[in-house]
Amino acid sequence: MSKYSIFSLARNALNFHKNWEQAWRSPDPKESYDAIIVGGGGHGLATAYYLAKEHGLSNIAVVEKGWLGGGNTGRNTTIIRSNYLWDESAAIYEKALQLYEGLSQDLNYNIMLSQRGVLNLAHNLHDVRELKRRVNAIALNGIDSEYLSPAQIKEIVPIINISPHIRYPVLGASIQRRGGVARHDAVAWGYARAADALGVDIIQQCEVTGILRDNGRVTGVETTRGIIRAPKVGLVTAGHSSVLANMAGIRLPITSYPLQAMVTEPVKPIINTVVMSNAVHCYVSQSDKGELVLGAGIDGYNSYTQRGSLHVVEEQLAAVCLLFPIFSRLRIMRKWGGIVDTCPDASPIISKTPVDGLYINGGWGTGGFKATPGSGWTFAHTIARDAPHRLNAPYNLDRFTSGALIDEHGAAAVAH
Amino acid sequence: MLLIPCPFCGKREETEFHHGGEAHIERPKDPDALSDEAWAEYLFMRTNPKGVFLERWVHLAGCRRWFNMARNTATNEILGSYKIGEKPPKGAR
Repeated sequence: MSKYSIFSLARNALNFHKNWEQAWRSPDPKESYDAIIVGGGGHGLATAYYLAKEHGLSNIAVVEKGWLGGGNTGRNTTIIRSNYLWDESAAIYEKALQLYEGLSQDLNYNIMLSQRGVLNLAHNLHDVRELKRRVNAIALNGIDSEYLSPAQIKEIVPIINISPHIRYPVLGASIQRRGGVARHDAVAWGYARAADALGVDIIQQCEVTGILRDNGRVTGVETTRGIIRAPKVGLVTAGHSSVLANMAGIRLPITSYPLQAMVTEPVKPIINTVVMSNAVHCYVSQSDKGELVLGAGIDGYNSYTQRGSLHVVEEQLAAVCLLFPIFSRLRIMRKWGGIVDTCPDASPIISKTPVDGLYINGGWGTGGFKATPGSGWTFAHTIARDAPHRLNAPYNLDRFTSGALIDEHGAAAVAH
Repeated sequence: MLLIPCPFCGKREETEFHHGGEAHIERPKDPDALSDEAWAEYLFMRTNPKGVFLERWVHLAGCRRWFNMARNTATNEILGSYKIGEKPPKGAR
């Protein structure tokens, strides 16, 4: 793999960019590997990268039924933050944020991380008290976190409506200044390119149709491109966690819902931060192209259709126009849905399973993108050592039996 | 937007309803005797199928009654609704 740099850019410019080498190979699957990662999204590719880089396990394959990052990695609103209430969540999301901060250098791939700050708004007295409690709890975990008055919010976001007379007035906000956005596709592509350079086989258009087991041990996977054997298999299939687990006879506490997002037509720079609101259900940021990236709440019923109901979008846009009246004449260009696998406690599962050698990483609900590096880091450790990392030990499958749930329902900007 | 056939009122828009999750999950008959694993199964584990799914709905802004419905989660096609205590429609199971 040749290094991306200002010199390689100049060299390729002289050839009119005709000779860029492929970012990763597309090999045929081998008969067997030391480990197979099912799912070529950000989390799966990050897992493969850290398995190869941190644990020296490079004879591995990532199998993906579609194309890289074509699932939830390409469907989220690219927000990154670590301002979570509980210690377990703060630890893993902060690890992810710290890895994000060095990721472009580490992968030699510009993931366009922009730490433009993330605001969470309060709209009533309860919100204010809850946000202040969170700001302090988060600060106690060593994570940057401040509380802002409406006037301070207005300084950062001049276009926001802080009139006390609207239906849901803005009474305050928390801000994590290290939070922000990154280019979601670049995260998948960067991990893919770096993992490929370390010898990982990335196999696209290869759907897993069965999980082979012998005597309670996993022995490989059945795919649309034949049987691939491996003593270890990691399932990282956001949106299809239950479907894949079911192939191995494992029941999960997961329900899959559509979550919709949309972008407007591009406009000049108008908002230079990320604004989220729990109470009125919206989150807004502006992409480098100028589109406003807007997210809605999850739909009311479970579905695998990757589309949702229009009334959810209407409510979301009403909330956006309430907070930002200036957006009211913008047109929506595209809208889409992703399938979010949601656990009863709104926290993920990164765990061993009752089947030896089979590991599962899923159930991230609406908040998986921001966790991508931390998820891959801890899942790689779990697979390589057959034991969880300190950071994902609380996220085991047994917690639903022991009762040690990590109740993060308040952490998201959308209701679960 | 789903057009949901309430068995009492007929077809109405989805916004009149609230989803109640998986149907036919039986409340434990003897909760005191239940193991932790059985509690986890009852409280948390769900089939979450990609395909035909039997689910509960309540017609919140209508007759306010609960009923069951069979829907394909891969397509959102509704196979039919049925009252509590009745059998799912043909083809649903």
